[in-house]
Amino acid sequence: MSGTRRETGFSFTIDGVEVTAYAGQTIMEAADEAGVYIPRLCDHQGLRHQGSCRVCTVKAGGRSVAACTQPAAPGQAVENETKHLNKMRRDLVEMLFHEGNHLCPICEASGNCELQAMAYRLDMTETTRFPYLEPCRPLDASHPDIALDTNRCISCGRCIRASQDVDGKGVFGYVGRGIHRRVAVNGENLAETDAEVTDHAISQEVCPVGCIIRKRVGFVTPIGEREFDQGLIGQEIEEKRK
Amino acid sequence: MSELPKARIATASLAGCFGCHMAILDIDERLLELMKLVDVDRSPLTDKKRFTQRCDIGIIEGGCCNEENVHVLHDFRRNCDVLIALGQCAIMGGLPAMRNAIMHSDAPLRECLDEAFVTGRYIRNTTHNVPNDPALPLLLDEVYPCSQVVEIDYQIPGCAPGGDIIFDTLSKLLTGKFRGFEREMIRFD
Repeated sequence: MSGTRRETGFSFTIDGVEVTAYAGQTIMEAADEAGVYIPRLCDHQGLRHQGSCRVCTVKAGGRSVAACTQPAAPGQAVENETKHLNKMRRDLVEMLFHEGNHLCPICEASGNCELQAMAYRLDMTETTRFPYLEPCRPLDASHPDIALDTNRCISCGRCIRASQDVDGKGVFGYVGRGIHRRVAVNGENLAETDAEVTDHAISQEVCPVGCIIRKRVGFVTPIGEREFDQGLIGQEIEEKRK
Repeated sequence: MSELPKARIATASLAGCFGCHMAILDIDERLLELMKLVDVDRSPLTDKKRFTQRCDIGIIEGGCCNEENVHVLHDFRRNCDVLIALGQCAIMGGLPAMRNAIMHSDAPLRECLDEAFVTGRYIRNTTHNVPNDPALPLLLDEVYPCSQVVEIDYQIPGCAPGGDIIFDTLSKLLTGKFRGFEREMIRFD
């Protein structure tokens, strides 16, 4: 970190823990550097912030804000790990499970899935209060190396931002409004686009669920040995504090 | 100190693969410990087809795909103080619920049955009909998770849940010590 940046540093608190931030940093960026994990789904390191999933909602000065887009402010008191906030986050994650077709037992991303891992972290084990919407969504396996199972898409938009900003392609984009909003490709199907399996948007780290599938690598790592089978989501950030 | 009276449990398999009942057997030798706490009433494990008396705990595997499943589930709710949904099929429909969302189909159930009995590439069905014997339970339009049919008290996630989480949950419920799951035991797959 540059010396000039350090000079403009200021402090604020997250759950009573003093955190240092620098001008222009969001609450989440400062928290990540300080080893305080704020749950998130649509935000991803290296991509511009979107603030749409609201799983990262924290209370700053008594107001609910998205930690991934809200700038940190000097002296701010942020609440993160509270019973109330975690319940709201759990409800959000639960609703995402209900809005798509998230069948963990048949999903090759199971164990690497951030939605599933977030459900584990937030203890999503109570009997559901919502109906399963079970939408009929398309599966696009036209590309020789990539498949899209949009049943699992949670509209986080990470593929859109990765394709536009990192790959410079714009393969993915939103279509529709409200509950009908979907991620679509800029062609008749994926094979008609210039998407390549080497694109950042297609890499395993970008799609948090099992929507973007790289063919022929699905079960290279067996279930039980995958990323979130080894530990909770966010633990690599929390370990910075230890 | 006098021993506690034994609790009664019942189990049933609805629309599922019976894997969750097999997972109950994964409790292994601890089953002996569990059997000190419970008597098993209506269950495929005892082959009892009806409740002989009211039960403390009912354990349901699988979701509801036909009318018989709904009857069995209502019967369990009536006869059990606590009802547990065991595994992903009971919790959210699981694999059988894949027939609910067959894309581009206005009648997913019809398409599913036609594929299974008439049009499927490897089907050898000389009648070219979908089985329709009156003895067969009427299929529901969709596969429903148990919680959409009756009230469920607890659910044990997993496909199938491991023997450890089943044993841990049951033994804690039976001794009044259940305070939720250990986080590292929770698996949806």
